[in-house]
Amino acid sequence: MYKYNDFDEAFVRSRVAQFRAQVQRRLDGSLTEEEFRPLRLMNGLYLQLHAYMLRVAIPYGTLRPDQMRQLAHIADRWDKGYGHFTTRQNIQFNWPRLVDVPDILDALADVQLHAIQTSGNTIRNVTADHFAGAAADEIEDPRPTAELIRQWSTDHPEFQFLPRKFKIAVSGARHDRAVTRAHDIGLRIVRNDAGETGYEVIVGGGLGRTPMGGKVIRPFLSKADLLPYLEAIVSTYNLMGRRDNKYKARIKITVFENGLDAFRDAVEQRFVETRRAFTGADQDLLRRIESHFAPPAFRNAPEDPYHEARERDPVFRAWTDTNLTAHRAPGYAIVTVSLKAHGSTPGDATSAQMRLLADLAERYGHGELRVSHEQNIVLPHVHKSDLPALHAALKTEGLHTANVGLASDIIACPGMDYCALATARSIPVAQGIATRVREIGLEEELGPLKIKISGCINACGHHHVGHIGILGLDRAGVENYQITLGGDHTETFAIGERVGPGFAYDEIVPAIERLLRTYLELREDPSETFIEAYRRVGPAPFKAALYPDEANRHAA
Amino acid sequence: MARKFTPKIVTANDLIEGDVVYLTADDRWSRLHEEAELIEDEAHAQLRLLFAQAQPDRVVGPYLADALPGPNGPEPVHFREAFRTRGPSNYPHGKQEARHV
Repeated sequence: MYKYNDFDEAFVRSRVAQFRAQVQRRLDGSLTEEEFRPLRLMNGLYLQLHAYMLRVAIPYGTLRPDQMRQLAHIADRWDKGYGHFTTRQNIQFNWPRLVDVPDILDALADVQLHAIQTSGNTIRNVTADHFAGAAADEIEDPRPTAELIRQWSTDHPEFQFLPRKFKIAVSGARHDRAVTRAHDIGLRIVRNDAGETGYEVIVGGGLGRTPMGGKVIRPFLSKADLLPYLEAIVSTYNLMGRRDNKYKARIKITVFENGLDAFRDAVEQRFVETRRAFTGADQDLLRRIESHFAPPAFRNAPEDPYHEARERDPVFRAWTDTNLTAHRAPGYAIVTVSLKAHGSTPGDATSAQMRLLADLAERYGHGELRVSHEQNIVLPHVHKSDLPALHAALKTEGLHTANVGLASDIIACPGMDYCALATARSIPVAQGIATRVREIGLEEELGPLKIKISGCINACGHHHVGHIGILGLDRAGVENYQITLGGDHTETFAIGERVGPGFAYDEIVPAIERLLRTYLELREDPSETFIEAYRRVGPAPFKAALYPDEANRHAA
Repeated sequence: MARKFTPKIVTANDLIEGDVVYLTADDRWSRLHEEAELIEDEAHAQLRLLFAQAQPDRVVGPYLADALPGPNGPEPVHFREAFRTRGPSNYPHGKQEARHV
């Protein structure tokens, strides 16, 4: 994993010192809130409904055990003993006091973490496949690329005042787990006919009030051209993007309004210039970064304890059925630890849970942890013989829920329980659905299902790409929830379609239950998943289940 | 005829804690909605907002929110303002923690 050099260390420390002075000037009245606000946002500090919120970057979702322990320490010392992992692989602390934030940033710097560019109209924390370096279907580890982009984009003088925020995701596998088509730039590592690896470059994707799937601007970009090409895209957008209307300022609108061809022409023209400016130092840097991501020393050991435990213990077997993913190394598995215990807040972890995860990563996981955009924690390298002990240990902190990829593994943004932008709550809706799914005992029967909930149109909860998406709105002073169906965040990307009028807060969980029961009734057999069934039959039967009165009226 | 003025309160967030605060009739910042000054007159509401905006050393982002009279003082109208009087619904944190409600 990447370790800071002296330059990184000095840079992060100097930013903390700057921010400490800025907070002091805000408190003594030398800075107004209008002057201070952009400064605090550059350091990830928001003011939300009930308190400040500090968003800490977890670059491409990769954490070391000492970093996870420090997050637990911060949660205990300066917050309320927990943290919230987000759909951008960050962690948010919901209760810091303004005066404590410089100390928190220093504590983060002690373990090579920071909150820089987690807000503002800059290139944000670069996200990546959470199974990077471990997945069996991977062509190449995307993290060196993501780290290179992080270093290039951090404090990039040309890109500190973009028309709007800018998000980049990198995937190195055939299966897209990084939602690359919903990013301003999505990069997929691909292999060409000559066997060389390069990037498929996708541009102009995004969710929010105008959801769009990204378009391929370059089917194959050679690796050496990555930074000059990214610089060409972002600088073209910086000039061409709209600044007159915040809702039309994202690159997806720039590409849409100008057309992909015109945008690509402008990028290619700029690329001629940017390419000259990169003389190979970036490639030297990439090689140095790559050396930080050498695979761990996988061990050879019998898998017998794993198979024996599966035979013996049905609870363990159920957990391994849902929470494991195929690893590239023989005898190993990728473990997804669910932060979605039924009825809990999606993505929240207590400090005790964080410490346990850090310990377990050290003991059984070659010292690596990942945060997934689906708001779970991943131990990417666990030998199967260690899984029974790992599972037993996870139980001690309630981290053994066997529901990854199922109906209760719900993505939910913080919604109006925390967020100042939200128009409705999302957390209690997620809690209500998960609790109900357990009550009716159909979770296993329902199989793979992605439910995603956002508490406003900005779509932090990725509702457009949920198989079932829920969007919370304010309709005439009352919370109201719209349902979309058929969304897909993977390589078969699709934006879900709205099915009809929204539901009141106390109607939304029963409405979702009707959808789930409808699926069980109409599927051809248990192997046909919810999304497959939806694609086969379309929205009509689901609409009939959601709006029975309407169906009766038509029948009459 | 002019539309009837909905009574207002002045609310903001505390500069250091970030907690929700309300402007009282005697010029204090209270943590309790029911202690807020219920402003029935539009011109007076603007004056009170200006008074709040002149205190950037104490509060952030003051604004006028709709409120109605209640038995113990002003009550919020919109659900967002109701949530701000309590805290989040997933944990007993925020104001509900301090007041043990």
